[in-house]
Amino acid sequence: MRIAVLVTYVPDTASTIKVGPSGKAIDEAGIKWIISPYDEFAVEEAIKLKESKGAEVTYITYGPERDQQVLRECFARGGDKGVHVVGTGAAFGDAFAIAQILTAAVKKAGPFDLIFAGVKGVGSDQGLVGAMVAELLDIPHVASVTKIEYGEAGITAWREIEGGQEVVEVSLPCVITAQKGLNEPRYPSLKGIMAAKKMPVESVKVADLGLDEAALGGATCRWVSLALPPAKSAGKIIHGEQDPQAAARELARLLREEAKVI
Amino acid sequence: MAGILVFVEQRDGHVRKASFEALSEAKRLAQGKGIPVVAVVVGSGVRGLASTLGDWGAEKVFVADQPELAHYSPQAYAQALASAVGEAQPQAVFLAATAMGRDLAGRLAAKLKVGCLPDVTAVRWDGDTLQAVRPVYSGKALATVDGGKSVPVVVTLRPNVFPAQKSPHTAEVMALPPVAVRGGYKVKEVVSLQAGELDVAEADIIVSGGRGLRGPENFALIRELAKVLGAAVGASRAAVDAGWIDHAHQVGQTGKVVSPTLYIACGISGAIQHLAGMSSSKVIVAINKDPEAPIFKVADYGVVGDLFQVIPALTEEVRKLKT
Repeated sequence: MRIAVLVTYVPDTASTIKVGPSGKAIDEAGIKWIISPYDEFAVEEAIKLKESKGAEVTYITYGPERDQQVLRECFARGGDKGVHVVGTGAAFGDAFAIAQILTAAVKKAGPFDLIFAGVKGVGSDQGLVGAMVAELLDIPHVASVTKIEYGEAGITAWREIEGGQEVVEVSLPCVITAQKGLNEPRYPSLKGIMAAKKMPVESVKVADLGLDEAALGGATCRWVSLALPPAKSAGKIIHGEQDPQAAARELARLLREEAKVI
Repeated sequence: MAGILVFVEQRDGHVRKASFEALSEAKRLAQGKGIPVVAVVVGSGVRGLASTLGDWGAEKVFVADQPELAHYSPQAYAQALASAVGEAQPQAVFLAATAMGRDLAGRLAAKLKVGCLPDVTAVRWDGDTLQAVRPVYSGKALATVDGGKSVPVVVTLRPNVFPAQKSPHTAEVMALPPVAVRGGYKVKEVVSLQAGELDVAEADIIVSGGRGLRGPENFALIRELAKVLGAAVGASRAAVDAGWIDHAHQVGQTGKVVSPTLYIACGISGAIQHLAGMSSSKVIVAINKDPEAPIFKVADYGVVGDLFQVIPALTEEVRKLKT
């Protein structure tokens, strides 16, 4: 079995976000980069399959030079190969452009029986790339998966929906986007971190995939501007340390009469 | 024919509230340009439902009504939508940013080779181009985006943000050509949450619990208050990671991003990742014993006190108000 995992490097979720000089993207100064948290579930699922069924795991990422590090961080947990599509970042925020680049990389490194990705890249928060890659490859996908059972001909996936789960039987090859709950991602071992430095990474340019990054970027989605949300004014504080009953009564009154929400 | 095509999501023959919101916003934008709103409904036995969409401003409703479409399948539904796009030639396709809409939008956009603006909280015309505002970095920033050269541009609208408003019309219902449903994807079962439980993604009111509850059994306090308010039960990452409650309830950066009318955070200190997921709520209440907790910075009303005393008292007060 051959598995691809699409991964992306994103600002640490604890980062304070500032608008950068372009006015269209964040200020990257001082940002710590991490594997997108949902991609960790995708990576773990692939490594678990490798361990139980002997699969070969290939990580694929698109991004600037620094993003080679995301492949190293994946290798520290396990896996076999890495493909880094080195780009200028021109396609950042344009999910369809990214999907076209990743699809070309998947085709070049493939074929794969299973392609895992996170349900969304934390940051641009689009949640589109997995479904788009599946469409471009003309194969099925299941999004936001919290549990998988592997059968002979295909897999059964539990997909999170409002108020419940859809249980889907899907044939291979397919794309699965991972949601929290799918598994417990392991921590990289020290041995793994050392070994990861020597793992092979194939570095390709977007042009090597027959695509024009500059023409793709922003063709189907442009970030016109980026702003911080308006600051909230201070709210009302009710002190309920002495008399919680009275505080609760006052809160209920305010919600009813002032905010008019209950 | 130009216009805005709206995918109307139904489950068991009931249109989702978020789809009415999407229709209403489409109508508001279309009126400004004198263009029509066209709807598309996909499912099994949904033809009757189609004619009612005129009430929500649709001038024409395309229907894909086949037994094989009873359950959501990304490929089959995208095919039905693409066929409606072919008929209507819209400038934009709107979907509610629900589990189905968010997923289908990506598949559809790639099929049409256009862009998608996901989970937007505002849409406006910039000349003849649609511009949208979407929270990014889980709401720590707001991006204004457009679809570049995309025709149509696919847009998903965050539930609970746009008001739903009727706009009566007589809708012409038209059947779409049958979708050739391929094998390889089959919904075997739909498992529901416990009866009576609301999902945080759709709720008007959310009562959330965090580490301050000290244990899973104390979610009973949260559930009681939620019950009298008709609210959904939410949770912080700390409570979910401790195994006190299922991940489906998690609000925040690695959970659900929500915009209810009222959000009540109980025993949640307000880590940046949690604030990111709920700070777009219209009214925020925080109940916490630590007056320095960051949650108070985003709260419209904060109660400093012991949640084990304040929550039952509040439950009682709300019960009194409701009777």
